This record gives sequence, structure tokens and C-alpha cells, in this order.
Amino acid sequence: MTLNKLPVGKSAIITRVGGEGALRLRLLDMGLIPKTRVSVRKIAPLGDPIEIDIRGYELTLRIEDAKNIEVKCIDE
Amino acid sequence: MIFALVGNQNCGKTTLFNCLTGANQRVGNFPGVTVEQKIGVIKGARDCSVVDLPGIYSIRPYSNEEIITRDFILNEKPDGIINILDATNIERNLYLTLQLLELRIPTVVVLNMMDEVRGNGGTINIKKMSERLGVPVVPISAAKNEGISELVDQIIYVAKNKIKPKVTDFCAYGPVHRCIHAVTHLIADHAEACGISARFAAIKLIEGDAFYAQKLGLNKNELEMIEHSVIEMENEEGLDRNAALANMRYSFIEAVCAETVVKGRESKERLRSIKIDNVLTNKYLALPIFLAVMFLIFWLTFNVIGGFLSDKLSEGIDIMIELTDKALDNYGINPVVHSLVIDGILTGVGNVLSFLPIIVTLFFFLSILEDTGYMARVAFVMDKLLRKIGLSGKSFVPMLIGFGCSVPAFMATRTLTSERDRKLTILLVPYMSCSAKIPIYGVFAAAFFPEHRALVMIGLYVIGILLGIVFALLMKHTVFRGKPIPFVMELPNYRMPSPRSVLLLMWEKAKDFIERAFTIIFLATIVIWFLQKFDIRLNEVSDSADSILAHIGRLLAPIFTPLGFGDWRAATALICGFSAKEAVVSSLSVLLDINAGQMGEGLSQMFTPLAAFSFLLFTLLYTPCMAAVATIRRELNSGVKTFAVVIMQCFIAWLVAFVFYQIGGLFV
Repeated sequence: MTLNKLPVGKSAIITRVGGEGALRLRLLDMGLIPKTRVSVRKIAPLGDPIEIDIRGYELTLRIEDAKNIEVKCIDE
Repeated sequence: MIFALVGNQNCGKTTLFNCLTGANQRVGNFPGVTVEQKIGVIKGARDCSVVDLPGIYSIRPYSNEEIITRDFILNEKPDGIINILDATNIERNLYLTLQLLELRIPTVVVLNMMDEVRGNGGTINIKKMSERLGVPVVPISAAKNEGISELVDQIIYVAKNKIKPKVTDFCAYGPVHRCIHAVTHLIADHAEACGISARFAAIKLIEGDAFYAQKLGLNKNELEMIEHSVIEMENEEGLDRNAALANMRYSFIEAVCAETVVKGRESKERLRSIKIDNVLTNKYLALPIFLAVMFLIFWLTFNVIGGFLSDKLSEGIDIMIELTDKALDNYGINPVVHSLVIDGILTGVGNVLSFLPIIVTLFFFLSILEDTGYMARVAFVMDKLLRKIGLSGKSFVPMLIGFGCSVPAFMATRTLTSERDRKLTILLVPYMSCSAKIPIYGVFAAAFFPEHRALVMIGLYVIGILLGIVFALLMKHTVFRGKPIPFVMELPNYRMPSPRSVLLLMWEKAKDFIERAFTIIFLATIVIWFLQKFDIRLNEVSDSADSILAHIGRLLAPIFTPLGFGDWRAATALICGFSAKEAVVSSLSVLLDINAGQMGEGLSQMFTPLAAFSFLLFTLLYTPCMAAVATIRRELNSGVKTFAVVIMQCFIAWLVAFVFYQIGGLFV
């Protein structure tokens, strides 16, 4: 599934970072690369963007962009 | 010697810069760099300067900030790089470090916020990390001013002795390693000839950065060989080139951190941030809280503190004017010189200074919002609304300030990291009707629409916003068509702002405004004074209807005839409005030769209600006052562009008023 579908509070492992151009590079630079653990912390009051937790810090990205990130849910 | 200060956003870079330089800062202009950078002399090391470069996460050619940093390092060739890291978020911060180390420039890695790391029971093995990275590592706390002198000693030492980073290889053996080394080998001669580190250039070439292929002057054959080895690497690694390189860097970072960093318990600061965020970005509370915060800031700025200071200041200026007036009278000076000093120079100074209290107070609050980390949350909450017009949530605050005063609103766009967003925001701010236009609306609404006063006022604000949205959409699909910078933003932990940073920012903004805006506003005031004072034969006028300004008004009046107010007095008042929007009303009362109480009657002889509203639409949209124009000039850093903006604003205002008056005329 993609990162925008991950429920709030759940963790997952990134399997693929899609998209293209500056956005994709920015995501890679910020540490969203395959095999990294990520969790969704919150959704903005208007429903978009989302706040994620990655490598010990908080990042916000738009749902449209989160659709490019494929993740695998971790069962806990 | 000159050092570059480089680091991620939110890592305390500005705080460190202030620690290093104190108030010894100036704005530096570097060739090829469009945005000005701050440069300061290091305290206690007079021959050393440090340049504060924009906060970046990586060296890529995709954002203006990254290009500035790259160009500064490649063109200015600093003697050393001070790379500051947020030690509480070390993995991601080290990512930029690895790219900087590849540049082969003497570097010191600075771990900031070490007090927080220790406070949460964490440790970082500084000696080991220094070995692994091959450069000196200095732990500091910029907020507490700890470790600064050691940092200065280290950077001077490595720069003086030209000690380059010792470790040059961050890749484990494998396809990526082979590819990087093959390309490095291939281009080593070219890179040396250009004075660029071969490994750095090789990695940029693998990433597909055309800038370096051109800079190194590679031929087609060499480019093909590079492409060949990159494709081979991609196939073997199972990742594309960019993901493979990012993966290589993060793998190295993970290995270094595993050896050197002992994470403490979950940090107090972070837990506190989560708690605060549960309220401030809460689904139901976020918007009301934000509006309440902004309302409070507006109220305090424009009514309480700023208003009070403005009053005191204008009292002071009045006293000064009075004293000068008496002194000049006693001296028996020529009445024209007398008028120049009193009505021209001193009024001009008063005009300039009247903005100061508002700027200083507003920036006091804004820097607190920014430094605490709340501004990032505002962007998070508001992003969805602004995205539709091609901006991001970060533009919200400057636009909101525009309702108070455009001048600080333009200045506040500095916090926007993308040049494109910044320019578009600057163009949009004037659509937010500023508070100086309220008297105009008030007088006209009372004269022509006494029963619908509130409706007219609110209507004008709403029309301004709607036209702003239309304008933004037009811009988004034409001039600003380029892809916006992706909105991938860090939400930093909430932190107490440092009083030193807040004060320095206020001082900086005040100084900036006075230095840059003073000359333009001052000159414009004197020009308007001159135009009002003399007739075309340069005789002093007794009746304001004979002045040069009135003549210009008469010349321009026909332009406004299709808008319903072809009266020369209306045109003249609009010209006066360029000095300050309040002047529209006061000059109308002078030109009509009536006092403020009779404005309603006087105006109704000049305008029909339809023409009056058309006039209001024009004042809503035409060029803002000269203080605002001076600030636009400062922020866009171009006289030509500023002139184009002013012309465009006047044209849009004319067009809207024209369409309104002509269509309205069909119904009335």
C-alpha cells in the first residue's frame, strides 16, 4: 500500500519511493529510502497534509506526494 | 579568512551565527548570488569572517537555496566550512555533512544542542565520530553559548593549515563503490583543472547533474562511459542512481551512529512538543487558536504597543516641527525654504518613522512565532487552502500581515525558502487591503452608502481577496508556471526563542527599513511637496488648484473619465495617495476646500454613488504607498521589476474599476 493509506499511529517499512524530479530527490534526501521505518503521526485539520515520523524527527508532506511512497505495514 | 556556515534548517544556525559575530553583521553581496547573504566578523578573530548560508538539507540544483550554497562554495572558495548539526536529530543532519566532506575543503563539524542530548541521558563519542568522519567534531550549545571558543580555535586551525577531511570514502564495497570510483578516475584530470573535488563531481555526474558535465567540459565519449557504468550499477544494486546514492550515504551514517551515538530516553523536548501539538494542531482547535493568536498580535501591534509608540513618536515629531517652525520664523527665513523644511523634509521624516514602531513590534512577535516552531505548524495547518493558488502554507502569515500593513508583510516573506513562492507572495500581498485604506473607505461609505457602511467595507476586503485569488491563478498558469518547490517540511520541536536572536532580528529589520526605504520615501515626499508648492512657472502657489500637481491631475483626469471620476481633483488625490494612503482623504478635503466634517456633501458633488464605488475599487487595487514600493524594490532587488509591478497594479486597478463602472452603468 502507499503511505497516505497508513492509519494514524501505525508503523510501516518503506519499500519503494516513486515520483519524479525535485520532489523525489527531496524525499530521498530527507531519509525516506527503502527499508526505513516510518509512521504516521497526524493528519492536518483540513485533511491534508500529513505529519510523519521518520528517523526520529517529524516531517510533513502532502497526501498527493505520499501516494508515491510504497510501504509495508509492520504487525505489532 | 572567510568561512561558510552551512547546515539544515532548524538546527540553530542563526543562533550560532549570532554567537560568533555578535552585532558585527552586515549584508554581503556576492557575484552570481541573487539573494543577499549575511556576513559577520568573528568575535575575537578580527581577520576571520563567517557567511551565513541558507539552511539546506542537501546540495542539489533544485532549489534556489541549494544553488546559492553550491555557487558560494565553488566560486568564493571559502577557507573553511563550519557545518552545524542538530545533535538531537543527527542521522538526517549528517546527510548534508557527507556531501560537504566530499568537497575536500577544511571543515569542522559542529554538534549543536548537545545540552539537550545530555539532558536526556544520551551521549555522543566525539573522538570516535571525529575519526570516522575524518574532521574535527566540536560539541556546542549555541543557545547557551557553550563550546563556541573551541569551535573558533578548531576552524581557524584547520583553515590555516589547510587540513582537508581525512576520510574520503563513504561507500561500502559493492556496485555503488565501484561506480563512484570508476567515474572519479575517469574525470579526475578535468576536475583538478577546474579546482573541484573529483569525488564530489563524480557523484554529481552520477546523479545526472548537467551543471558539472558542462563545467568539467566532458566530451560525448566520456559522458557515455559514465552513463554506462551508472546503468551497470543500477542493475546490480537494484535501485536507481539517486536512491542508490542516498542509500549509500544513509548506510554509512547508520554505521557511524551505531558506533558513536548512545540514544537517551525519548527526549523531554520531543514529548513536550507532542503535547503542545495535541492542542495547537488539534483537528478542532488549530484554526481557532491560530486566528486568536494572529488577532492578538494584530491588536497588540496596531492598537496597543505599536499604536502607543507611533503616537509618542508623532508627538515627538510634532514638537520637533513646532520648535523648528519657531526657530525658522524667528530667523526670518525665506518662506519657501521654511515650507521645504517643515512640509517637505520633516513631514517626510515623520512619514518614514511612523512605520517603525509597527515594524519593530510586528517582528518581535513574528520572530517569536518563527523561533518557537509555531510558524511551521501554521504552514502545516493552512497548506491545503493555499495550495489551490499555487503556494504553500508558509505564505499564509505574510499575506495575513498585509491586512495590517504591506511593508512588514513584504519583509516577512523573507522566511519563505522558495524564491518562486516569495515573489508570488509579494505580488499577492497588496490585494490584502491595508489598514491605511480604512479612512478612505470610511469617508466614502459614510457619504454615499450610509445605510450599508459595513457591507461596503467588508465587500471591499472580500473583493480584494477574490481578485488576489484570480490573480494568483492567472500567475500560476503563466509567469509562475514552473513546478513549485515540493512541500516537504520538517516540523521542529518547540523551543524557547533566544532573546538575543529576537532582539537582533528586530534591530536588523528596523535598520534595514530605515536604510533602504529612507532615501526613496524621503525623495518622493520632497517631490510631492515641490509639485504641490509651485505652479508650472515655479512661482509659489496661493491656490492649490494652480500647482504643478493639479496640472498633472488635469492631464491624468481623462484617463479616469471612463471610470466615472474624471475630475482633476480625484486624480490629484490619488497621486497624493502614493505618499501615504491616508493622504487621499486629506488632499480631497484640501482640494475641495472644505473641512473634514463636510466631506460627505463635497464628495457627493464630485461623484455619483456608482463612481464613488468605482473610485474605492481603484484605491483598493492601485499601487500601494511609496514605503511599500520601496520595500518591494528592496525585496525584489530590482528597480525595473518594481516599476513593472507598480504599472501592473495601476493597470489592474483601472481595468477592474472600468469594468465595474461600465457594467454598473447599464443597471443604474
